[in-house]
Amino acid sequence: MTADRRPGAPFTEEQVQRYSRHIILPNIGGAGQRKLLDSSVLVIGAGGLGSPIAMYLAAAGIGRMGVIDFDRVDLSNLQRQILHTNDDIGRPKVESAVEHLRAINPTIEIVGHDTLLFSDNVMDIMQPYDVVIDGTDNFPVRYLVNDATQFLGKPLVYGSIYQFEGQATVFMPGQETPCYRCLFPAPPPPGTVPSCAEGGVFGVLPGVIGAIQATEAIKILTGEGQTLEKRLLLYDALHMDFQEVKIRWDADCPVCGKEPTITELIDYEAFCGVPARPD
Amino acid sequence: MAVTVKLPTILRKHAAGEAKVDAEGATLRELLDNLESSYPGITKNVLAEDGGLHRFINVYVNDEDVRYLGSLETELSDGDTVSLLPAVAGG
Repeated sequence: MTADRRPGAPFTEEQVQRYSRHIILPNIGGAGQRKLLDSSVLVIGAGGLGSPIAMYLAAAGIGRMGVIDFDRVDLSNLQRQILHTNDDIGRPKVESAVEHLRAINPTIEIVGHDTLLFSDNVMDIMQPYDVVIDGTDNFPVRYLVNDATQFLGKPLVYGSIYQFEGQATVFMPGQETPCYRCLFPAPPPPGTVPSCAEGGVFGVLPGVIGAIQATEAIKILTGEGQTLEKRLLLYDALHMDFQEVKIRWDADCPVCGKEPTITELIDYEAFCGVPARPD
Repeated sequence: MAVTVKLPTILRKHAAGEAKVDAEGATLRELLDNLESSYPGITKNVLAEDGGLHRFINVYVNDEDVRYLGSLETELSDGDTVSLLPAVAGG
């Protein structure tokens, strides 16, 4: 049954049952669930982080979800990318993702974007979404996504992982609020950090960080609770250690500072297992 | 000053795989010098060639970024935790 997707439409009987554990929950309730159904998110990457992010947000009833990825499912992905199955090996990740997300929740709208993100398509792709969630695996796209969300004034839910460690935070648009470049102004030079593939990753780690990103997106969309804005959460799975550090707005930030020096999107040279831009 | 230093995965290879090490230093600069003496190579990606801090590895004293304290001259107290935090991009 297709639900009525108009904003503020009454719940169908099916929706009341599907979302009943949210609807009876303090801080979400019917009003919060309505907000989720009327909202949209863009999940960048259908990999380790993107899998739990997209699966939980589809289950939660985000009204419209975009998933973007350019890659195909590889056997080595299945150790952590739980959105894909053995039968999906060789398929475009977006195709596999959309199919499995529709199986989780056939009553929401799911849009697949089977493409790399570049400076010339990122704004158009992001424009229709309320919140952007970064689950990509490389620095060039992370900086592109940060800068584009700053230019568009959209919240960005950030998460990244390496081996046994993860980081997560929320960057909100607005005056004197930090962005990713306030935290790390520029990508590390190629060769100074291990490439994604050679570093390895603990399979459960993106599940933890991705679930935190999904949590933060739901809080932004419902306006409930306190997000990780201005706080960077650090997680060390090997020692089960959680730590928080402050993220301050940098008045000299090249994107959101007082006198921005970056006013256009930049395509950084690819250096982390991502193909260079095709000519 | 006796300080605990939290190491990210990529720097642990310099410290026999330890996630935390103890070090001494009245300032962050002193602490990093002492760390380098004990664990050669550990500050190579923290300090730039000009002697300043790299911008792709952040340093925190407790929960505050040292850029908003005194950078390398930040004074340390007994019991402080210094965390070295590189940008990571995996997903």
